[in-house]
Amino acid sequence: MSMVMDFLFFGLVVLTMAGAILAVRGRVLMHAVLGLAVSLLGVSGLYLFLGSPFLALMQVLIYVGAVCVVLVFGIMVGYTPNEEAEKVPMGRNAFLGLMASGSAAFFLVVMVISRTVWTPAVERLNDFSIEHVGESLMMQWCLSFELISVVLLIAIVGAIILARDGRDEVSR
Amino acid sequence: MDTMQLSFYDVLRMVIAFVLIVSLVFINAIIMGYMERKMAAKIQRRWGPMEVGFQGWLQLILDGVKIIAKQLIVPKDADRTLFRMAPLLAFTPVVLPFLVLPFSKSLFGRDINLGLIFIIAVSSINVLSIFVAGWASNNKYSMFGSIRSVSQNIAYEIPILLSLLSVVLVTHTYSMQGIVAAQGSIWFCLVQPVACIIYLISATAETNRAPFDLPEAESELTAGYHTEYSGFGFSLFVIAEYANMFTVCAVATVLFFGGWHGPFSGEYLGALWFLLKVFLLMLIMVWVRWTYPRVRFDQLMNLAWKYLIPFSLVNLLLTALIVKCI
Repeated sequence: MSMVMDFLFFGLVVLTMAGAILAVRGRVLMHAVLGLAVSLLGVSGLYLFLGSPFLALMQVLIYVGAVCVVLVFGIMVGYTPNEEAEKVPMGRNAFLGLMASGSAAFFLVVMVISRTVWTPAVERLNDFSIEHVGESLMMQWCLSFELISVVLLIAIVGAIILARDGRDEVSR
Repeated sequence: MDTMQLSFYDVLRMVIAFVLIVSLVFINAIIMGYMERKMAAKIQRRWGPMEVGFQGWLQLILDGVKIIAKQLIVPKDADRTLFRMAPLLAFTPVVLPFLVLPFSKSLFGRDINLGLIFIIAVSSINVLSIFVAGWASNNKYSMFGSIRSVSQNIAYEIPILLSLLSVVLVTHTYSMQGIVAAQGSIWFCLVQPVACIIYLISATAETNRAPFDLPEAESELTAGYHTEYSGFGFSLFVIAEYANMFTVCAVATVLFFGGWHGPFSGEYLGALWFLLKVFLLMLIMVWVRWTYPRVRFDQLMNLAWKYLIPFSLVNLLLTALIVKCI
């Protein structure tokens, strides 16, 4: 059955990459967002292979079910299906940008690979169960967890302040 | 997914479960379609379908044959790929939650320890399909239907999650079988009455059913997001809607009405009680649909943001306090 698993793994990788390419190269904005959704679905599948079904499901719930939906919502108000972005020719700047981002990504990956302590798969089974995730969020990473929630709170308050007198202006 | 080893038996089991589930989805659509038309007719003092078979029970099967034979029309200015894809995208996520539903003690697709989160996560993709359908149609009615549907779904997803979470706080498990097993002595609709009522209201809105059926309000938007669909594309949306209804009613049954517990319990007899409860809840939804008028959109939003969400938050806090103290 390991062949089936390999097949599934490479299927997910291809899904992630194809979605990412569509997200970057899509001429219609809606296609780009849907490509992003496909890519995020693929990533959630990869979380399953890392042994964390909880993270995988949260990825689907939050990124596909909430973030992409809000993005699509924004597009829907402003664009219609026959609007396409202008095709940007592959000029010198585009080539340089590609080289820069490619080499930056390469060095990052190399750094991550060389710095990580690789434990064999057998030793870290069930390491990312829901209890473990909850405990480490509340004990080890408590400060960052709280900081992130403060950032979200500020975003919510900001949204309320921005929207506060919107309706009055319309009625005036 | 605890271990990555899959035996042949597991794969065979999943294939059989999947085939049974897909057929259940279609049969459910036929039964509910018939029951809905019949009940609507009775409530409005009409006869409903009477011509084909006894009391017209073959009507929905005939409709199915007719609808398959119809031409699939793609509007000229539509986004062809997305337009074709949207019905499939609507259909796939509603089948998946059935995999973790506990029909009885030993009759289930798979009991994963995150069953409830799985159902919530998968059904959140459903909104995206409505969006794709409305946008790809390139039609003002469809677009408005989708925009309404999505703001409604975002608003009602929050009270659903909060009310389900307060049950999870009591049971300490996300596993659907575990939640049912915890209700051996008392059903959770008595332990968590507020969460139960909030869930039932929000679930009606989540499935876009009357009195919250603004996304497909016939009098203003013709048919909302599936206005442009013909033939089997349209019927996939309808089947998905009924399957969605089944899922939310099944979740309500599992979390609040004791799942497969009943007067006579047996290894497989539980499935009877489970289906009975689910179909009763679905018939109540149909009953509500044909009894109450549609609400206005601002009323719908106010209900969610000003009443349901605060109430469910308070309920969650109280539950957490009580669980902690006991």
